[in-house]
Amino acid sequence: MNLPVIIKFVIDLLAVLLLALGIKGLSKVKSARDANRLAAFAMSLSVVGLLSYYLGTSGIAIQSWIWIIIGSILGSLFGSILAKKVPMTSMPETVALFNGCGGMSSLLVALGVAIFPISNSVENLDFFKSLINEVSISVSIFVGAITFTGSIVAMAKLQGWLSTPGWTQSKVRHFVNIVFAVASLIAFFDLINGNTSSIWLLVIVSSLLGIGVTLPIGGADMPVVISLLNSYSGIAAAAAGFVVDSQLLIVAGAMVGAAGLILTQVMCKGMNRSLVSVLFGGSLSAQSTASSGSGEYTNITSCSVEECALTLEAANKVIIVPGYGLAVAQAQHTLREVTKKLEQNGIEVVYAIHPVAGRMPGHMNVLLAEADVPYEQLKEMDVVNPDFPATDVVLVLGANDVVNPQAKNDSSSPLYGMPVLDVQEARTVFVIKRGMSAGYSGIKNDLFDLPNTSMVFGDAKKVLNDLIGELKDLGVGEK
Amino acid sequence: MSFISLLWVLLLGSLLGLELIGKVPPTLHTPLMSGANAISGITMLAALTLIVKAEGNVPLLIIGSVSLGFALFNVVGGFFVTDRMLAMFSRKPSNKK
Repeated sequence: MNLPVIIKFVIDLLAVLLLALGIKGLSKVKSARDANRLAAFAMSLSVVGLLSYYLGTSGIAIQSWIWIIIGSILGSLFGSILAKKVPMTSMPETVALFNGCGGMSSLLVALGVAIFPISNSVENLDFFKSLINEVSISVSIFVGAITFTGSIVAMAKLQGWLSTPGWTQSKVRHFVNIVFAVASLIAFFDLINGNTSSIWLLVIVSSLLGIGVTLPIGGADMPVVISLLNSYSGIAAAAAGFVVDSQLLIVAGAMVGAAGLILTQVMCKGMNRSLVSVLFGGSLSAQSTASSGSGEYTNITSCSVEECALTLEAANKVIIVPGYGLAVAQAQHTLREVTKKLEQNGIEVVYAIHPVAGRMPGHMNVLLAEADVPYEQLKEMDVVNPDFPATDVVLVLGANDVVNPQAKNDSSSPLYGMPVLDVQEARTVFVIKRGMSAGYSGIKNDLFDLPNTSMVFGDAKKVLNDLIGELKDLGVGEK
Repeated sequence: MSFISLLWVLLLGSLLGLELIGKVPPTLHTPLMSGANAISGITMLAALTLIVKAEGNVPLLIIGSVSLGFALFNVVGGFFVTDRMLAMFSRKPSNKK
């Protein structure tokens, strides 16, 4: 072993270690920020390791430097601009976009090697080696393409640019996707047989497969899909590692792939969904329209913002249940103003965060943190549930299925078994909602019929703004 | 590296990944996903290798460069956006009285 090889070996080893520590640290609140920086440092270290290895061995041509600099500057520039500019509410689609580009990168590397075999790999290609080479190129293209188109579709759906087309909810979609999958398999075998041109067929059908698989999946399942696609982009990177013979790439890709799978599993559990039903079940509302619980509401009480303000003023303890609707209305800052007023009046305010509140697990925490809500006021579901009986007022803001008592009481309900917040135990519940439309599951919410529940109809942001006005008139928080 | 040892690397890397995140508080799901996503941009190393080994082949240089751009978009953007999210959690303790 000569010196460049040893240096690269040591740097790679260090980078892997730091990346592992980074992922580990990201799963704890205290260490998360440092861990993220550590991982970023490890990535830059790995680049230094690679470049110094080539400088010490084959050298790097001026021409290569030019293209390296062009690619790096453009990629980093756009990446950092987007990361700085994007609003916190659009976080899920941003992650999807970044992820798709990672998949695209792996795809392009494999495509480049397939069309123009790089010098090293041509020299000593026996049959076995060329087979491995072709298999890893195919896997990298296949997974990379699915990651790219799947992520782009997910992003477009989250942004509202793309809705779920009707035909994708019928059984036809399974047939279409099977055709794409079989076609990819045919292209794969054709490629191994030495027919290089079938690589384009592989690119096209795996891209279509990515679209076909993601398109039927409904809004609230999107985070699970993004997490799964994130795992795929790790697998694509590992496959690219086989293509260019890099252990570091294989380790890092495999780590992200496996960690992504675990995270996907954790998310599914929080939503009481299995991965299989997310991927193949279509959107939940389509299945459950005919099932139980879609009955009419019989005992709805609606009330004005003024009544709501009066009740809040008299309360000692208030629990806020924020949900998807709050994120959509971008009302987190207005909510914070309301709670500030209540706190100034000596009222105890706590936020109950369901594991899948917002548009992604943990997304609500980010949004509330952005609005300066103290971290200690955010309570997780298991911690806050025993508190509801001792609570005077619960404000449900744009949440629906996560406060449906059916999940606990009605074993015939499709929601049965999903962990929910027991808001009905509180003395008074106000549900701020646009109208009587069902939540994501399409199921009637028994909470709305209960005598201690009052509906305040209107857009979350507007209602909260009116609430601030009413509280002002009552002299709350004016001290 | 022989193919078999690369397979070992793949296996051990996967096992490590499975073990790394056992318990994650829901608060961190989004940042963790975003951070892991940035790491998956490690494929930038493959793009770099492609460019270095292109030996003046212009189409290959261009493919490599575009690939590197996509990967760095993923890496740089991913780490920045994760940091932005995490900054909101960590500034909390200093804000309270």
